[in-house]
Amino acid sequence: MTAIPGTARPAIAHGKRLQWEPAQEAHVLLYPEGMVKLNGSAGAIMSRCDGARTVAEIVADLERTYNVSGLGADVEAFVALAVEKQWLELRP
Amino acid sequence: MSAPAPVFGPSREPSPVVGPPFWLLLELTYRCPLHCVFCYNPTDFANVGPELPTAEWLRVLREARALGAVQLGLSGGEPLAREDLEEIVAEAHALGFYINLITSGVGLSEARIAALRSAGLDHIQLSFQDSTRELNDFLSSTRTFELKAQVAALIRKHGFPMVLNVVLHRLNIDHVGEILEMAERLGAQYVELANTQYYGWAWHNRELLLPSRAQLERAEATTQRFRQRVGAAMQVYFVVPDYHETRPKACMNGLGSVFLGIAPDGLALPCHAARMLPGLDLPNVSGQSLRAIWYDSPAFNRFRGDAWMKEPCRSCPEKVRDFGGCRCQAYLLTGDPDAADPVCDLSPDHHLVTQAVARAEQGGAVARQLTFRDHRISIPVVVEAG
Repeated sequence: MTAIPGTARPAIAHGKRLQWEPAQEAHVLLYPEGMVKLNGSAGAIMSRCDGARTVAEIVADLERTYNVSGLGADVEAFVALAVEKQWLELRP
Repeated sequence: MSAPAPVFGPSREPSPVVGPPFWLLLELTYRCPLHCVFCYNPTDFANVGPELPTAEWLRVLREARALGAVQLGLSGGEPLAREDLEEIVAEAHALGFYINLITSGVGLSEARIAALRSAGLDHIQLSFQDSTRELNDFLSSTRTFELKAQVAALIRKHGFPMVLNVVLHRLNIDHVGEILEMAERLGAQYVELANTQYYGWAWHNRELLLPSRAQLERAEATTQRFRQRVGAAMQVYFVVPDYHETRPKACMNGLGSVFLGIAPDGLALPCHAARMLPGLDLPNVSGQSLRAIWYDSPAFNRFRGDAWMKEPCRSCPEKVRDFGGCRCQAYLLTGDPDAADPVCDLSPDHHLVTQAVARAEQGGAVARQLTFRDHRISIPVVVEAG
């Protein structure tokens, strides 16, 4: 798994779509003929991946929103996993 | 942080509570310009009543979305034969569906693809019958090979993810390497190599379509080498032919679990082929709500849970994984829709599958000819051991 620089700007990968599904009370990622139901933290991260915000900005936003600190390593690990699974792509 | 689990897939355990129909498939029409020998549509589709009007399809979309449906397949027949396809896509997009168009490509002009794009279509799955013009055109009984290549270029040009689907069988499975190279040339991101499943026209032609084990093993090895070469650039799904397996597929994740299909005449289906199952009084969407059909109708509750199962399934610890396999295959092979899927080597009817495979090993039946899908032919379902 490649390391994710804090300056990278993750976005939902081309052809995929993230949306909130009330029936599942969860964010889901939709792609050709498939769907991944995201757990709460994955949904919180991916819904902030708009291609504009950097990973560092997303971490700061999450820490502020949930009033916690030290999320950096977890968020970077998730973003790396999601890039590997082609859920997210990194914008420079 | 744990990785989220995929919702579709064999690892999903059945829930005691009936969940939403996440996957809605609208078979908008049985009309199709192709005549594929492996089509799963019913062999008596010529006798099926008139197609639902636009307003009814739009109502189905609204009601299904309210139930929690989110993945939408638009299929057929050839869905492009419906002139209201753009209107259906627009409504589905407004409702928040992820919309998959499953097409032969015939009828997909540049004007139409642009209109579908702006209506909110998310993805197009384009079928090829083979990597060669000769076999593509023979298997579909059309001249469509060049046209499909042009459509593939249009799909890329208009920014859709490129998904190719090729149904495999004895006549084309030795071309898997060339098929994958063709997919690479066309810029595919996903390729589905779907071994034929034997329903409808494919069931009728089974003896001529079943591949041998040697063919299958070569094709799998070729696919594996290709995957290693291209890496993450292309995802290749190889759907194994269950006749060569010893455990059945988890068909539909269990009937009435996640899949809701609607046939052209409005019949609600717990699986694509369920129309042929005897004693299953399938409800029609005309005149009743999708909610009542999904949760309350006898047809959709018929195969939920495991009370319907017979031995060896009923006491089998694997029933939570494969749900006894495919009901339609059990019926076609044994005449009993409650029997264990004979693909399973624990089934007392497993010899029906191994005998069919053994015939394929010897080159299959020679006395019969392929029957091409055609509205001028109507063939009743013939059960093997019924």
